[in-house]
Amino acid sequence: MRDIAVVAFAQSEHSFTDLGWTEADLVMPLVNRVLAATGLQRSEIGFTCSGSNDYLVGTPFSFVAALDTIGAWPPIAESHVEQDAAWALYEAWVRMQHGDIDTALVYGFGKGTVGDYGGISSLSYDPYYVAPLMPGDVGMAGLQARALKDAGFDVDPDPTPPPPTDGAAAVLLAAGDVARRLCARPAWITGIDHRIEAHSLGSRDLTGSASARQAAQHAAVGAGPVDFAELHTRFEHEEPLLRRELGLAEQAVVNASGGPRKADPIMATGLIRIGEAAARIHDGSARRVVAHAAAGPCLQHNLVCVLEAAEPAGPAEPAGPADAVRTAEAGED
Amino acid sequence: MTQTSPSITQTSPAMTQTSDDRALHVLEFPGGYTRSTGPVIGRFLTGLRAGRLLGVRTPDGKVLVPPTEYDPRTAAALGAADDDWTEVGPAGTVTTWTWVADPRPDHRLDRPFAWALIRPDGADTALLHAVDAGSKAAMTTGMRVHPTWRAERTGSIKDIACFVPGEGPGEVPALENESELEPVSLVTIPSRLEYRLRPGNIWNHFIDGMARGQIRGTRCTTCGKVYVPPRGACPADGLPATEWVDLPDTGVLTTFAVNNVPAAGAPEVPFISGYVLLDGADIAMLALVSDVPWQDVRMGMRVKGVWVPEAERTRSVKNLRWFAPTGEPDVPFERFEEYV
Repeated sequence: MRDIAVVAFAQSEHSFTDLGWTEADLVMPLVNRVLAATGLQRSEIGFTCSGSNDYLVGTPFSFVAALDTIGAWPPIAESHVEQDAAWALYEAWVRMQHGDIDTALVYGFGKGTVGDYGGISSLSYDPYYVAPLMPGDVGMAGLQARALKDAGFDVDPDPTPPPPTDGAAAVLLAAGDVARRLCARPAWITGIDHRIEAHSLGSRDLTGSASARQAAQHAAVGAGPVDFAELHTRFEHEEPLLRRELGLAEQAVVNASGGPRKADPIMATGLIRIGEAAARIHDGSARRVVAHAAAGPCLQHNLVCVLEAAEPAGPAEPAGPADAVRTAEAGED
Repeated sequence: MTQTSPSITQTSPAMTQTSDDRALHVLEFPGGYTRSTGPVIGRFLTGLRAGRLLGVRTPDGKVLVPPTEYDPRTAAALGAADDDWTEVGPAGTVTTWTWVADPRPDHRLDRPFAWALIRPDGADTALLHAVDAGSKAAMTTGMRVHPTWRAERTGSIKDIACFVPGEGPGEVPALENESELEPVSLVTIPSRLEYRLRPGNIWNHFIDGMARGQIRGTRCTTCGKVYVPPRGACPADGLPATEWVDLPDTGVLTTFAVNNVPAAGAPEVPFISGYVLLDGADIAMLALVSDVPWQDVRMGMRVKGVWVPEAERTRSVKNLRWFAPTGEPDVPFERFEEYV
């Protein structure tokens, strides 16, 4: 695998009321900041990938408006995921493994203050069996909170949602020597993986998260001590579950940034976890951190990323198709 | 010809207006969004229409309710044979639940209720539905519930009105002509989302101009290109385009279409829509063209804006009704080729 690092991170001053920000208003200052931090020009970025959800503002192709901020003419290599931008970062990381580009820009943005997230989230669920009932994200979270309470977890079974938030985040990735040149302390991605669980909520065990556990194993979370973890916990009961599934020690500090409970710019919230974790490496306060992003009802889909200050060890290992990242076993060597 | 007004970062009368400019925006599929069900989901929904709960068997003998087309564990295709199907419940057990103190207008129940995962007797998985228990205190994990059925059933998850405490079974009101109905193969699901959108400073300043019969654009401070309608960022440079430019309402028609298909909100057919490159702008804007027989409309035609009378103007782009020919000589194609 190529060694790839987060070399810059910026996030907006999130707002809990609609200030009339357009997509471009949200994203442009952040792109400028990660470029200024590294001295790169827009034209030097090898690949751009963003994450957002058009349903948040109810206008089709709203993600295209954000492209105004990155100088997409003449045409650039660009992609978008209708997901949290943590998955845009994953796509960029995979794209960089091709070896022909050394930098990638990743950004995500969301305006949570203008719409009705209970309704919007419902429309993302199974369209035959679930969406017509409009259970919403809080209703779905409540089913998991109660299941955890019944299973003996010390959690509030009546979850409350985080505040609706407008905001954005941007991350710059760089490979190898380019990362070393652009950043004094690159946050090297030593493991990254994402896994998803069954579509039918009633066929899942809500007192566990097999997908989070698997992603953590494949990202080799357990291969060393974890100083800080940033977890995509929109609801409080998700933290004890994720701590267990990620194998975090009790003393591991979770969401020192305040976490999604303090600010939840949907579609950027997960990317911010990676950015906040990387920032602890950048500022020298941590040597090894874990970031987590989630999507779908009741932590259905989980991404886990391990970032380290130390240069990834040894030459690149040949990767098999089912072994795209360093596995738990390899990490323990 | 053009003049610049203050940058949006400075205070100008237009920027300090404090009216609540949030507009209601509705995202809706009129009549509902229609989906085909396929044979597995269709069979389950056909069962609901008949007031029965059906589950599908997996190769390892588990019964899935609601049924899925593929086994989540082995990915085997499910439900191809009649023997793969079995009736479950209708009574079942609550495996987890959450209380809804404030139902939404689009919830079936208008009083507090619970969402619950309910495992029907004979099934190995659980179904999400509402439980009308009367109070939160009446809800427990492990409680026994049964479905109540709507009289008007169409083959929808909402054919179950809700679940209620107890073994039941609830009455299944007879459906007229049920034996003559085809199996369910389509569902039509209405949805409606409401938003409150605030247009933002750039659009507000543009609309304030339109209220006075003035078209405003923004100029990129890097490359100098002028965008109308205005935008906050130059799409070519990715940098702020925040210098305001007052534009004339004259320009050249770069391309056009004669529309013969009537549409809600559009003028009577045939009408002409086209792109007008205003004098001093670097992007053509979409507009209507009128006051000219459609046969006489040409690319390169010089046009001028026709506005609603001053006394009738509102804070709307509709103040600019359309563009009409000025009678000036046509502009040669080479002069606007870049903008077509």
